[in-house]
Amino acid sequence: MLDSLVTPFVEFEFMRRALVGVVAIAIGGGPVGVFLMLRRMSLTGDAMAHAILPGAAIGYLIAGLSLPAMTIGGLAAGVIVAILSGLVARFTSLKEDASLAAFYLLSLALGVTIVSLRGSNVDLLHVLFGTVLALDDAALLLIAGIATVTLLALAIVYRPLVLECVDPTFLRSVSRAGTPTHLVFLGLVVLNLVGGFQALGTLLSVGMMMLPAAAARFWSAEITVMIIWATLIGIVSGVAGLLLSFHAELPAGPAIILTAGGIYLVSLVVGPEGGLLWLIRPRRHLEA
Amino acid sequence: MDETAAIRFDDLTLGYGRRPAVHHLTGAIATGSLIAVVGPNGAGKSTLLKGIVGTLQPLAGRIERARGLGDRLAYLPQAADLDRSFPLAVYDLVAMGLWSRSGLFGGIGRRERHRIEEAIAAVGLSGFERRTISTLSGGQMQRALFARLLLQDAGIILLDEPFTAIDAKTTADLLDLVRRWHDEARTVVAVLHDLDVVKRVFPQALLIAREPVAWGETGKVLDAANLLKARRMIEAHDPHADSCGRTAA
Repeated sequence: MLDSLVTPFVEFEFMRRALVGVVAIAIGGGPVGVFLMLRRMSLTGDAMAHAILPGAAIGYLIAGLSLPAMTIGGLAAGVIVAILSGLVARFTSLKEDASLAAFYLLSLALGVTIVSLRGSNVDLLHVLFGTVLALDDAALLLIAGIATVTLLALAIVYRPLVLECVDPTFLRSVSRAGTPTHLVFLGLVVLNLVGGFQALGTLLSVGMMMLPAAAARFWSAEITVMIIWATLIGIVSGVAGLLLSFHAELPAGPAIILTAGGIYLVSLVVGPEGGLLWLIRPRRHLEA
Repeated sequence: MDETAAIRFDDLTLGYGRRPAVHHLTGAIATGSLIAVVGPNGAGKSTLLKGIVGTLQPLAGRIERARGLGDRLAYLPQAADLDRSFPLAVYDLVAMGLWSRSGLFGGIGRRERHRIEEAIAAVGLSGFERRTISTLSGGQMQRALFARLLLQDAGIILLDEPFTAIDAKTTADLLDLVRRWHDEARTVVAVLHDLDVVKRVFPQALLIAREPVAWGETGKVLDAANLLKARRMIEAHDPHADSCGRTAA
């Protein structure tokens, strides 16, 4: 039993690389996902993940499956869509969710078209669903670097970020940190999506942010503990997903996200903070 | 600007779009005064506070705030602005009051922890420290926000309808804190609807109905004639108003 958990990583280098990759993605994506969820921006994350596609695709069109080109293209596209949809929401009557939906549908169609212009269906699959089992040194460094930057940046903006979620009016009355904090946070979202994109592709990278965060909501009622839960759930999903894909010969990216999804479903049912089970069988109320 | 004014309005007009919500207000709030802002709904009371805080820029005229010691400002907006579902403990909500001292990184040491506990005790919430804010009742939430105000240790304190939908006991407890601030020579400006509370606790009042109606000693400001005048002025709203051509007196 233990053997089947360890052997794949001992014997195969690509499994070890994938392991490092998913752990780094979970460490960066966990906290970012929790804040996305608490700011009611879960769908924003999804939309921005799609928005990265045409940028990465243009990079691919120019330089093939090249890490720097696709990363820069993805970053640029993510930032552009974040800003544009913010502007549309602010200056027109369209609400932000609708404008994001419009942008991401456009981006997805555009991205797929651009990739097909040059590449094969295999390349398209790589871009859409990632290549977690083929991470080279450069990709690993990028992912680990993004996780590091994320943790450092969150440590710096943690207080204003929490404050901006809970009580933006209060933050505005004591500090001007609100807007820069929001921009730093959006930047982190884009960065982590680009990092996740290398391993899991544009369609699934947001899964390593949102599913652990959504699951963590059912395990704790305090944000710090929730972030720890989300990170751990992300790591466990990554490792378990890799093993699942190895033994059952499933595609690795979807296996990881399916595992995270499974943990989410279990949390939804048995989680002590508002899980469904406690609706059906309420615990006895306290004396006071 | 003379030394005794904490806040001074100079022909101030505040509004949304081009429509004024506070129209041509001139006057000063003396340092250390305890003043109630009263008026019908839509009279521009909350708008005035937003103007003082600086979240709303004047359409015309100026607001000046005293600079120097004790000029820090604390603002309690109407409760609706706060995300009650956010997973945050009462203790952490109150601790935010230390922002102006600790800022982004400043540590919360033993002295700060002691002050936080004191503030929580002062509003009668001891024992609630680890409860999340979503579990608080309306009154308990308001107590927690007052504890945060205590920690802000500000020279100017702005309260926007702090006692709306709050029971008599809680209101009385929180009014004690307001009196304490007044005794400590802080400037307190509160938007209120309960005229009995205003008459009992607040020595000064400003009655507005978009334009200032009366300003001064509470007893004189809140007489029947003024209140009637204020109501009439709000009812006389003109949807086809022309550009205002009034200039400063």
